[in-house]
Amino acid sequence: MDIRSRALENGRPTLSVRDLTVDFPKRSGSFRAVDGVSLDVWPGEIVGVIGESGSGKTMTALSTLRMLPKRAVVSGSIELGQRRILDLSPAEMRKLRGDRLSFIPQDAMRALNPTMRIGRQVGEPLVLHRNLSFKAAVSRAVDLLRAVHVREPERRVEDYPHGFSGGMQQRAMIAMGLALEPELIIADEPTTALDVTVQAQVLKLLKEIRDREKTSILFITHDLGVVSELCDWVYVMYRGKVVEQGSVERIFTEPREDYTKMLLASTPTLFPREAS
Amino acid sequence: MTDTVIQVAGVTKSFVRGVNAVDDVTLSVARGETLGIVGESGSGKSTLLRMILRLIRPSAGTITLDGRDVWNAHDRDLKAVRRQMQAVFQDPASSFNPRQSIGTILAAPLEVHGIGDRASRAKLIGETLERVGLPAATVSRFPHQLSGGQRQRVAIARAVIMRPAVVLADEPTSALDVSVQAQVLKLFREIKDELGLTSVFVSHNLAVIREVSDRVAVMRHGRLVEIGTAERVFNSPESDYTRALIDAVPDPFRRFRAPVELESGS
Repeated sequence: MDIRSRALENGRPTLSVRDLTVDFPKRSGSFRAVDGVSLDVWPGEIVGVIGESGSGKTMTALSTLRMLPKRAVVSGSIELGQRRILDLSPAEMRKLRGDRLSFIPQDAMRALNPTMRIGRQVGEPLVLHRNLSFKAAVSRAVDLLRAVHVREPERRVEDYPHGFSGGMQQRAMIAMGLALEPELIIADEPTTALDVTVQAQVLKLLKEIRDREKTSILFITHDLGVVSELCDWVYVMYRGKVVEQGSVERIFTEPREDYTKMLLASTPTLFPREAS
Repeated sequence: MTDTVIQVAGVTKSFVRGVNAVDDVTLSVARGETLGIVGESGSGKSTLLRMILRLIRPSAGTITLDGRDVWNAHDRDLKAVRRQMQAVFQDPASSFNPRQSIGTILAAPLEVHGIGDRASRAKLIGETLERVGLPAATVSRFPHQLSGGQRQRVAIARAVIMRPAVVLADEPTSALDVSVQAQVLKLFREIKDELGLTSVFVSHNLAVIREVSDRVAVMRHGRLVEIGTAERVFNSPESDYTRALIDAVPDPFRRFRAPVELESGS
């Protein structure tokens, strides 16, 4: 039985999005970036949202984080545990982000503060949300960096981000995201900028975290290969809508929608199917 | 003996003393063949391509194109080298002049090499656009008015309009959506076959390299790790590094082998 069928028997989803619509007003009318999206992430589940550019996958993720541009008009409901995210005040939302909900962006180099040592940055959520001193937070950062397999973390907390390789920076971002033991991690193309061998390590790390901490992960990507390696459940998005959802196995072995079939047929492979 | 078009012999490039971005690479490309060069960041694959393209001067070694030394060619030989060798880069948005129309962009190489008159150039541009699947009206459009896939079709048109012997491509599809990438790769293969082009195709994406290449070179830290037919390199790699690269690729068709077929007409 997959995680989803187990979860359906007992309990509630970690994240539940219903009829989410995001509009961007234009000079005449408006542009609908997300059009009635509903999705669930169950405890301990890694859910992939896959789509090409303009599919609305990133806008769906940013809605959940309440990080959309101000001019976006959002409707529908997003529940994280018992909290209705779209009804929270900015102050309540700031408390939630980092604490129950964390975000791993694509470009770690741009997300990290170049003038702040890695240890202080990774530990900062503990200072802001748990009232730890910076000294205590940095010592906790050593453990967090060790958990994401950064070697010699006692020494590396003293480094600045430019001293870290791309893969190490992404590990530091993940360590920061784990600092407060969130219920849900939202990751938007976190491995797209990485070399394939480094990507494989980061994907393994995310699975490890899910297994160890039972964290739920919402993983946004355009890469079918990454989804097939990492995710339990998949939503396929196209032009703002979810066109198909299913277990990763079902999506890859029995895709139902033409768009999903086209995506699969377009994906170059090292394991070409025998010509029939 | 095979007909060698590109010969790279003992080529090295060091940007910083003591560190070789490309380290003593020797390889050749036969006429009509596509050589794929694959590697991770810092492997030297793009630097090697740019040395062949005469954009980065090697620190040591020689590169010949149809027997002409690319870096020691002068006057008529140099002009011949430049005419025979065309390039397609990753992001055409940054390799096109944003203030020039597509027509102007495509006419430039023809004017530089004094090919045809105004009318015959316009005709050739129209035919080339049609061949890459773009409407004739594209001539009056500007780069920012086209999608990424359309711009890459223009880049291919610009590369082949001179009827070069060789096309060198550096990550030409890695900025594109996967459905658009599939179309551009198909176009690239078709045009290559039609014109009998010799090509070198650089990418970090092993599956893309497998799809377009006859032979494959794997690079790491500036060195050539191995080279062989695509079939041989991917099915029975000689080097542990190549094996590790292949194992690291997240490939949906490794786990799930069920056939996926497109409905006819879609």
